[in-house]
Amino acid sequence: MKGNGEVPRIGVYVCDCGTNIAGKVRVPEVVEYAKNLPGVVVAREYKYMCSDPGQDLIKRDIQEYGLNRIVVASCSPLLHEHTFRKATAEGGLNPYLVHHVNIREDVSWVHDDEEEATRKAKAIVHGAVLRVAWQKPLEPQSVPVRESALVVGGGIAGITAALTLAEAGKHVYLVEREPTIGGHMAKFDKTFPTLDCAACILTPKMTAVKDHPNITLLTYSEVEEVDGYVGNFKVKVRKKPRYVHEDRCVGCLECIEACVFKEPRFPNEFDLGLSKRKPVYIPFPQAVPPVVTIDPETCLYLRLGKCKKTCVEACGDRNAIDFDMQPETLELEVGTIILATGFKTFDPHRTPKYGYGKYPEVYTSLEIERLVNSSGPTGGEVVMRNGQKPKRVGIIHCVGSRDKNTNPWCSKVCCMYSLKLAHLIHERSGAEVYNFYIDMRTPGKGYEEFYNRLAKEGVHLIRGRVAEVTDAPLHPEEEGKLIIRVEDTNIGVVRRIPVDMVVLAVGLEPQPDAEDVRRLFNISCSNEGWFLERHPKLAPVETFTDGVFVAGACQGPKDIPETVAQAQAAAANALALMDKGSVLIEPNVAQVDEELCSGCHICIGLCPYGAISFNEEKKVAEVNEALCKGCGTCTAACPSGALSQNLFSDHEVFSEIMGVLL
Amino acid sequence: MSGYAYYPGCSLLGTGKSYDESTRAVFEALGVPFQELEAWNCCGATAYSSIDECTAFALAARNLALAHRRGDPIVAPCPNCYLVLTKTQRYLQQYPDMRQRIEQTLERLGLQLGNEIPVRHPLQVLQETPGLEEIQKRIQKPLKGLRVVPYYGCLLARPFPIVEDPWNTTILEDFIEVTGAEVVPYAYRTRCCGGALTGVIREAGVRMVHILLREALRQGAQVIVTTCPLCQFNLEAFQQEALGNNGIQERIPVLYFTQLLGLALGLPPEKLGLHRHLIPFQPRHAILQEAVS
Repeated sequence: MKGNGEVPRIGVYVCDCGTNIAGKVRVPEVVEYAKNLPGVVVAREYKYMCSDPGQDLIKRDIQEYGLNRIVVASCSPLLHEHTFRKATAEGGLNPYLVHHVNIREDVSWVHDDEEEATRKAKAIVHGAVLRVAWQKPLEPQSVPVRESALVVGGGIAGITAALTLAEAGKHVYLVEREPTIGGHMAKFDKTFPTLDCAACILTPKMTAVKDHPNITLLTYSEVEEVDGYVGNFKVKVRKKPRYVHEDRCVGCLECIEACVFKEPRFPNEFDLGLSKRKPVYIPFPQAVPPVVTIDPETCLYLRLGKCKKTCVEACGDRNAIDFDMQPETLELEVGTIILATGFKTFDPHRTPKYGYGKYPEVYTSLEIERLVNSSGPTGGEVVMRNGQKPKRVGIIHCVGSRDKNTNPWCSKVCCMYSLKLAHLIHERSGAEVYNFYIDMRTPGKGYEEFYNRLAKEGVHLIRGRVAEVTDAPLHPEEEGKLIIRVEDTNIGVVRRIPVDMVVLAVGLEPQPDAEDVRRLFNISCSNEGWFLERHPKLAPVETFTDGVFVAGACQGPKDIPETVAQAQAAAANALALMDKGSVLIEPNVAQVDEELCSGCHICIGLCPYGAISFNEEKKVAEVNEALCKGCGTCTAACPSGALSQNLFSDHEVFSEIMGVLL
Repeated sequence: MSGYAYYPGCSLLGTGKSYDESTRAVFEALGVPFQELEAWNCCGATAYSSIDECTAFALAARNLALAHRRGDPIVAPCPNCYLVLTKTQRYLQQYPDMRQRIEQTLERLGLQLGNEIPVRHPLQVLQETPGLEEIQKRIQKPLKGLRVVPYYGCLLARPFPIVEDPWNTTILEDFIEVTGAEVVPYAYRTRCCGGALTGVIREAGVRMVHILLREALRQGAQVIVTTCPLCQFNLEAFQQEALGNNGIQERIPVLYFTQLLGLALGLPPEKLGLHRHLIPFQPRHAILQEAVS
């Protein structure tokens, strides 16, 4: 039995994890096996190693048996490595002399065959025993945490997180790619289940963001590059030119009035194309910042270089308009990051059976939100494209949700917003409203009561997945209508329901560029594309990258109350980190063996973090431990074997492999 | 390589005889090289696969193996054959144990499966050879003024569509336009014709036929054009029941797209099997009468 000098005295602890591990792995057999491995002094089975008595076992054995190495075989190190390092340290050993291996997620949870699972658990324990003998005592590095944060996304999640942090005295950079903050919530008229006005509760928060001395608001901007590590991130933000100086524009909107386009003629993105705007525009009256933006795609001057520039004239002495404005890159240094990039709604072109894009009177729920909004394209009137009020409206639930052909997940908010829209449509137009649902999902405070209220209001609730929307009538009363074909499963009959207007309750999807953002911030996504939290129950706003947190619907479908709660939780987590002021960093840095280094420079060119430099005097490479992130590139590349990495030395890695394979 | 391996399937020898005749005639007129697949057998269709799936796949695989021996892609006018052959192809890739069993069976017949043999529908074939532009040039009797419903039926649209986006495709419409006829917008173009239901749950099947026919009449169509022998059969043979029993006197002829194309190319109606239909195609306009006569 080799090791790094001292004679190894190893303690092995195999956890049952209740029946999580013991239900599939024959733990006593693994323990017996471990007892006979070289250097093992004691091996034990315990029901819950992470419990206090479990940890005490380790501490006591260190004292009693004079252990100098510990192996714990239980769950994922992501969950409890920290726990066992702490226990080891409390037992009087250096915390880096414990090796934690995973026989739950990697073994018992993924294998059916008890025989094979037990064999695999033994192999993993064998690898750990051989490896741990080579482990060295290490000291973690303490680094300071900057007292500033980056919040990405200016919807209700980002706004809430930014305000919470700013109120606590931290400086916040809030980055939003659209010209205004507000996100999806700014598009809504009322919110469920209380039916309070979305703008009334959101716009004060938007203004508070603008006015807060601790918040730097960067709209029309996107994060381009992220570097550094927890406590010390370096972020590059690209500010797109809006061709208007935010500090000079007072939001008088005279330039819009004066634009050479007399009538608005380009689809207004904020109204999802239901209204028109000019090339110079403000998305909606309460936009924050309350300044105009000039769209280079449609502005005559920016496109063709020729225009009377009546807008500049109208702006006059304020000189806010600047056609020479260039994109600007800002470099920020922050201690923590909160991602609140939100969601996108499902594109119903993907469910052609519902006729979206084919029949003009088929709308998405978001379009209807704009129609019922008093600052929307119709001033809150629910009217068809011909200007008349609909007599009957059908709302189809679960479009792009709970559907194998599109998205399998429940989007969580659609049942409730569909009920809300049913109420609003009836209120505004007097129309008879039909809701077609698979299951009515209304868990939440006051939600079931809202459903009961709607049922009493006389909304038709038909249980059945709609087969199709068609304009081909079978009966005289269907002429000129859209016919919804559905099996009413409550009465066991296929029905054809003629309506004037169809609303598709589209589900929530990850942003189309979620994968790029994930890479940028070095976090993970679930298979569906939602940002992955560190633990679904116990670490819902943390990510696998320290110092980066998630909030709101970018992590999964959520309604407003949940989003706000999560944003505040993310802010609290970030605050805890910043208030502590420092953070311990895993000492997995690279080291140079000066005897072996030939001074070939290969590692210097390869290091992605510029952590290696050349010592001209000694003619060898030198690692700056503060900059090294332990990626292992140099270690793998060094032709002389002079570079090694803490926690991943050749001895450690190769003996573990050997142990697993033997 | 002797061009396409023409696979008529059983329908085209029976109720779909005119589909067989018109497809051959159009292929010949447009110079599509083809030869009937020698010694082909039933594709297995729905009936066999619902009783013994593996044997059904073996039946279909034999046809694939015959085409492989010739080294030619298959052209299957019947969408059910198209579906079964395509499905068999996919399953042979996906399920190695099934493939092994079938390979062993075929070996006893001296046949091998080989790599994937393309299975095409005549719509796809004609779109490439000679292509719509070339067909346009050869139109002799444009069917001006004829209002045509394009009816794909279900199997070309799903589960293995012949085009990328079956909801928005215009492949059949393009052919109708080439003949000079007018395409009638038809909401039900990829809806089921009732399939075998007309045989087993007659009421349900006839109701589906009724819905399709009624919408075609409502749109003022003069003829329905199909790509499938079962669709053609259901829509034609059950018209009396589907329309007459509901007090509708009108009738609408149901043709294969190859027949429509053949007429426009100036081929004689009897070569296209037009005389075989229960509801005769007798257009009112003089110019069309000329095409049909």
